[in-house]
Amino acid sequence: MSTRETSLVRTIISPGHLVLLGLMGLGLAVAIGRYISGIGAVSNLSDSYPWGLWISFDLLCGVALAAGAFVTASAVYILGNEEFRPILRPAILTGFLGYLMVVFALLVDLGHPERIWYLMIFWNLHSVMFEVGWCVMLYTAVLALEFSPLVFERLRMSSMLRLIRTITIPLVILGTVLSTLHQSSLGSLFAILPDKLSGLWFTPLLPAFFFLSAVAVGPAMVIFESTISSKVFKRGLEVELLGKLALAIPVALGAYLLLKIADLAYAGELDLMFKGNMNTALFWVELGGGVILPTILFLLPAIRRSATGLFWGALLVIAGVVLNRFDTSLIGVARPEGASYVPHIMEFIVTISVIAAGVFAYSMVARFLPLFTEQVTDMAMHRKEAPVVSAGS
Amino acid sequence: MAKYGLLIDETRCTGCRGCQVACKQWNDLPAVETKNTGSYTNPPSLNADTYLIIDFKEVEVDGELKWSFLNRRCMHCEHPACVSACPVGALKKRDEGPVLWNEDKCIGCRYCMVACPFDVPTFTWDAGLAEGTKIRKCTLCIDRISNGLEPACVKTCPAGALRFGERDEMVALAQERLGKHPEKYYKDQGIYGLNEVGGTTVLYISHIPFEEMGLPKVGDEAAGDVSETIMKSTPFVAVGWAGILAGIWWVIGRRNQMMSKSGSHK
Repeated sequence: MSTRETSLVRTIISPGHLVLLGLMGLGLAVAIGRYISGIGAVSNLSDSYPWGLWISFDLLCGVALAAGAFVTASAVYILGNEEFRPILRPAILTGFLGYLMVVFALLVDLGHPERIWYLMIFWNLHSVMFEVGWCVMLYTAVLALEFSPLVFERLRMSSMLRLIRTITIPLVILGTVLSTLHQSSLGSLFAILPDKLSGLWFTPLLPAFFFLSAVAVGPAMVIFESTISSKVFKRGLEVELLGKLALAIPVALGAYLLLKIADLAYAGELDLMFKGNMNTALFWVELGGGVILPTILFLLPAIRRSATGLFWGALLVIAGVVLNRFDTSLIGVARPEGASYVPHIMEFIVTISVIAAGVFAYSMVARFLPLFTEQVTDMAMHRKEAPVVSAGS
Repeated sequence: MAKYGLLIDETRCTGCRGCQVACKQWNDLPAVETKNTGSYTNPPSLNADTYLIIDFKEVEVDGELKWSFLNRRCMHCEHPACVSACPVGALKKRDEGPVLWNEDKCIGCRYCMVACPFDVPTFTWDAGLAEGTKIRKCTLCIDRISNGLEPACVKTCPAGALRFGERDEMVALAQERLGKHPEKYYKDQGIYGLNEVGGTTVLYISHIPFEEMGLPKVGDEAAGDVSETIMKSTPFVAVGWAGILAGIWWVIGRRNQMMSKSGSHK
C-alpha cells in the first residue's frame, strides 16, 4: 500500500479518538445501568412525559439529519446528475451511520429492546409506529447495500461489486420510497394527537411537512458534513458543487412555507401565530430562522458561492428542523397540570455517546475504506470531473 | 353481547376514595411511595401501581367554592387511540367495552401513552430487563365483569356515585337525572364521554364544568382517525411514488442517451 495509507494507519488513535471512545464507554455504562435498574433510574421520563430527549433528538432528528443520503442518491442516480457523485459516498455513509445511531438509541429507549423484532411478526396496520419500525429496518438494510461497494472495493471483490451495480437503480428507487415513507411517517406519528398537540404543529398534513423539511435538511447536512470533513481530513471542499446542491433548499423550504401558511389559514388557525405565548415564540423562531431566512439566503448566488455562507446557511436549516422536531414531539404537546420535564444528565450522556460512536465510525471508514474516491474501474464508468476548490478559499 | 357503560355521577361523590382502595385491593397492587403536593390527591397521578385516583380540586363555580373529586382512570374509549397506536397490536378493544393489553407482545415503545387523549396508560419505569417493563392501566375489572360481577370500584362506592351496566342504560340513566334535576348539574354540559373522542365506556355527569375538574377538552372524532386515514393511503403513495421515480429515471436516462448519441455524430 502507499505511504499515504501507512501514515493514516499510524494516526488511527489520536487524542480525539480517545475522547470519542471515552464518551462511548460512558454511554455504555449508562445503558447497562438502565438495563439493570430501569429507564426511570437514568432518565427524567415519566408517565406524563413518556417520550423525551431520546425520541425527540436521537430518533426524530437522527432520521431527518440522515436525509442527505436519499436526497443525494436520487440526485445522482434518478435525476442523472453525475456531477454530484463526489459527495455521494460521504452522504450515504452519514445516512447509514445516522440510521445505525437511531437503532442504538432505540435499544436504550425501548422498554423491551430484546423484542424489537416483534414488529416483523405482530402487525397492526393502523399504527403509524408499525410503518416507522418497518421503514427503519428496511431502509437501514438498503443503506447497508448502498454502502457495501466501499467494502467490496477495499477487499477487491469485483464479482460482488458487479452484482451491487446491477441492482443499483432499483435499490436507489426503493431507498427513496422508503425514505419518503419514513420521513413523512415520523410526522404522521403525531397526527394521533388532534387534542393534545398545539394547532401550530398539528395538521393532517404533518407527513408532508416532515417530508419537505427532510428534503431541505438533506442538502444542508451534506454541506455541514462536507465542510467539517474537509477541515478534519484536510481535503478540498467542492464549493461549486455544494452550491448547486443547495439550490434544492429554497425550493423545499419555499414549498414548506407556502403550505404551512395555507394550511393554518385553511384550518382557520392563523391567529395562533400571534398569541404571544411560548408556543408562538418557538413557532416564529422555527419558521423565521429555520425556514424564511435560509430560503432567502440560499437564493442569493453570493451565499451559494461562499464556503462560509453555505455552512452557516446549512446550520440554520439544521437548527430549524431540530427545533421543529422538538416542538412537534415534546414542547407543543399538552401535558397534565404540573408535569414538567428536563432531560436527566444520563439522557444527555446516552445521546452524546451515540453521536460519538457515529463520528468515530465515520473517521474509521474514512481511514480504511475508499470514502472520498471511487476506484478507477468505478470512476471510468460514471465519473465526470467536478471542480474542486480548496477549503481555505 | 351487551356493551358496558360505567356512569360516574360526580354530584354524589363524597371523595372518600373507597374506589381507589378497592381497585388496589382487587388488582393486588402495592402501595407506592408518595409525597405531599399540597393537595388531597394522593398519589399525585395515576401510576403503574395505581389504576384509579380521585383527583381533588377546589373550584369556583359561579362565585361559589366547590370541591371537585374527579374519578380518574381509563375511559375505555369506543375507538381507542392506544389500540390504534400500538405497533404490535398488544392493546385490544373488547366488544363488551374494556381496552386490554397483552404484556407478552408489548415492546415498550410507549406510543400508547403518547397517543392517549387522557394520559392514562402508565409504565413500570423502575423495571430493568430482568423484570421486564410493562404498560399498566385500569382493565374495567375484566376478571370480575366476565364473571357477572361489577367492577370493584362500583361495588364498593358507598355513595352510589358509580353505576355499572349496559352503556345504553347508563346513558338513559344519566339523561334521566339531568332531566329531572337540572339544577343539580352544571348548566347543560350534558354527559362527558357520550360523544367525546367518538364515545367512551366511562361516562361522567357533574355539577362542575368538566374542564375545571381536569377532563380535557377533546373533539368528537376518535383521536386515531387522522393517522388511520394516512396509513390507509400509504401503500398507494409508496407504489405511485416508486412508479414516478422509475419514470423520471427512464426519461432522463433516455434523454442523456440521445444527447450523447447526437454528440458522437458531430
